[in-house]
Amino acid sequence: MSLVTPDFGLIVWMTLIFGIVFLVLAKWGFPMITSSVRERAEKINASIKAAKEAEESLKKLEARQTEMIAEARKQQAQILKEASASAGAIIAKAQSDAREEAEKILAQARDRIAAEKESALADIRNEVAMLSVSIAEKVLRKELSEQSSNSAFLASIVDEATGKASDPSKMN
Amino acid sequence: MIMMKRLLWTLILLLLLPLALPAEDGKPLDMNEYLYGHVGDSYEWHITTVNGHEVSIPLPVIVISKQGRGVHCFSSRHLHHGNEYAGFRIADEGKYSGKIVERASDGSLVRPWDFSVTKNVAGLLINSLVLLVIVLGCSSWYRKHDACEEAPQGAVGLFEMLVTMVENDIIKDCVGDDYKRYSPYLLTAFFFIFINNLMGIVPFFPGGANVTGNIAVTLVLALFTFFAVNIFGNKHYWKDILWPDVPTWLKVPLPLMPVIEIIGMFTKPFSLMIRLFANILVGHFMLLGVIAVIFLTAKMGIALNAGLSVVAVVIGVFMDCLELLVAFLQAYVFTMLSAVFIGMSRQHAETE
Repeated sequence: MSLVTPDFGLIVWMTLIFGIVFLVLAKWGFPMITSSVRERAEKINASIKAAKEAEESLKKLEARQTEMIAEARKQQAQILKEASASAGAIIAKAQSDAREEAEKILAQARDRIAAEKESALADIRNEVAMLSVSIAEKVLRKELSEQSSNSAFLASIVDEATGKASDPSKMN
Repeated sequence: MIMMKRLLWTLILLLLLPLALPAEDGKPLDMNEYLYGHVGDSYEWHITTVNGHEVSIPLPVIVISKQGRGVHCFSSRHLHHGNEYAGFRIADEGKYSGKIVERASDGSLVRPWDFSVTKNVAGLLINSLVLLVIVLGCSSWYRKHDACEEAPQGAVGLFEMLVTMVENDIIKDCVGDDYKRYSPYLLTAFFFIFINNLMGIVPFFPGGANVTGNIAVTLVLALFTFFAVNIFGNKHYWKDILWPDVPTWLKVPLPLMPVIEIIGMFTKPFSLMIRLFANILVGHFMLLGVIAVIFLTAKMGIALNAGLSVVAVVIGVFMDCLELLVAFLQAYVFTMLSAVFIGMSRQHAETE
């Protein structure tokens, strides 16, 4: 039957037509499309990979950021703590210094007061001595002039005076 | 609701259709001529018959006489109704029925070398032109655009999807590592078969030629695959054919397995040829048979004819949908099996 016997003329035509179609499409048709699609697929894959990497590094950065913030907070607290501690120490030291200084000044003042008192007492004692001597002198001179004959009394006074001069503590 | 109403009207119109047909009391439908006339090849492209007058496109006849009368090239118009032209005519019976024959010196009819542009050749040319326009049109988009920056839209996008599907699902999976070398051939085969199948379903002029349901066409396609497999087959492929890994007594003294393998070399493309040819041909036959019901029942009364016409149209629509699926499926299967055969010829011993 003619349906299952291939016709020679048609075989020749088919070979020719299919061959030409194949050559044309293999040169200018399909490779252009397939290579473009392949390139695009590769690009998309690369982009997805890059995006994933970027996301990952972003996550890493974020983690590092929070870590840094936490560390900074910790440092801040530490510094504040240290500052308040050192402030307390400074104040305490200043107070103790001030106290010491005040005590020193007080001691010095006390010393000086004592010294002044001493010198004032000495001055007074001298003054009293001088005064008593001059009084005694005046008294003697008057006595002498009034009662020059009373030599015995004179002698006793002189004794008394010399005795007092040799032991002033017995005068009071 | 509107849909239902429309459907109802369509049905009523279909039922009334036989009334509008001219009451022809001509000869009964010749089933053989009807079927083979539609699926077979011819020297002219018959379009339709209006009031008994045939409307057809005459195609060029190119014949080389075996009787030393040289090359003849003329329009098939001259061979109408059994007319003889330049010593050639179309035989109406015998071994060469429907083909151009010439009379030998001893009076018997012989076939000249016949390279006529028949209906199938014209169909092939038109379909190939369509394919070239589609593929080159799409590939020009990639020449004008940077495919890495943008993806095509519309028709080019659809075509890209098809190409990508064929390349990724069939070619890459079946051929293996060096699939890029074979992808132009396999893609060409796929779209060539697909376009020809689709055009074969179209019932009027630019389509309608039963190209992929013709054994000469599928033979050439199968031969291309045969050569693609055997020319580029590697050492391992030939070793598997000539000295396969089977017990030695199967190879010596009687080369049982090598003979089977060598037969297998030819049965693979042979099955490709028969599968495509038979599937498409049978599809056409079934559709023609369903349509023939309308004409066969024309003499059996209007009621029966109308009822069966509706049934035939409904089944015909279903068959056409099935044929669309088959058109794609057969292109897919041919390409996939070709890819598998090529993949087998490129296999390495260690990948088994």
